Amino acid sequence: MDPIDKKLRAILSDVLGLKPGQADQFTPDTGLFGDLPELDSMAVAGLLTEMEDRLDIVIDEDEIDGELFETYGSLLAFTRAKLPEA
Amino acid sequence: MKAAEYPCPLPGGAAAREYALTFDAAREKRVLIAPALFEEGHKLRRFTLEVMRRLDGAGIDCFLPDLPGCNESSQDLALIEPEDWRMALEAAARHFEATHILAIRGGGLVLPARLGGWHYAPVKGASLLKTMLRARIIAAREAGREETIDALMEQGLQMGIDLAGYSLSGEMLRQMGELLPGKQTGISVIEHELIGGSALWLRAEADEDAQQADALAAVIAIGLSA
Repeated sequence: MDPIDKKLRAILSDVLGLKPGQADQFTPDTGLFGDLPELDSMAVAGLLTEMEDRLDIVIDEDEIDGELFETYGSLLAFTRAKLPEA
Repeated sequence: MKAAEYPCPLPGGAAAREYALTFDAAREKRVLIAPALFEEGHKLRRFTLEVMRRLDGAGIDCFLPDLPGCNESSQDLALIEPEDWRMALEAAARHFEATHILAIRGGGLVLPARLGGWHYAPVKGASLLKTMLRARIIAAREAGREETIDALMEQGLQMGIDLAGYSLSGEMLRQMGELLPGKQTGISVIEHELIGGSALWLRAEADEDAQQADALAAVIAIGLSA
């Protein structure tokens, strides 16, 4: 697991209150928004702000749509595209 | 733990009585809590009380005031500005004869002057607003409406705005957006990394964490015994 993947899982762990290691079981197909009722608009907004802080990226509002949070894979791909190649 | 009241100055020179939860045994060390703001205030309230219980157990009095327009306050939040919260904390500090302050997250943006203490997990006012603006945009999008941060801010600065269930005045938006933590002498910053565990203000559902409460209370208790 590369550092970006790791950081993103850690942020999701915080938001969802997961136990250590639980987020390691996420696969690209793990459903997020829509599958997890606790992930409401406020939680998603907090998640985005935290991603900006911890990953040092800027997320534009136009980029936020339902598909972005559909699965863990789509969120990870979006995050990677925001960062320069490591 | 007891419910108490303190005289809170209001805009325009009036005054109200606001509630405070207190652990008061007339002890020498007396810590005023500046609570987290908005949605984070709800998510961290239980944690805040757990920290207070531990401070009480360590022989430290502590006081958690309701800020005007928040929690049990009967004041209209839409008429409140950050400066009113600062004055409320100032008044609470005087009333409860606080010797120190523990500010939590956004609470540290409205610190009263001349009271030393701690600021746990500082946050910029602009970040608090951005998260609430985003939540509104995401909810609107789910409902098939398009909103933008710029348009909401422009509208909000002129006529006020409802964000995440909070009615905020234009002045509240303007001032909150400019508030930065960490400019006050005598306030030590406690970064969340020192406390450990996953940040409770990020939780989708409010939660608590005994270890985190232990850790934060220990930092304060050790600081006060030095």
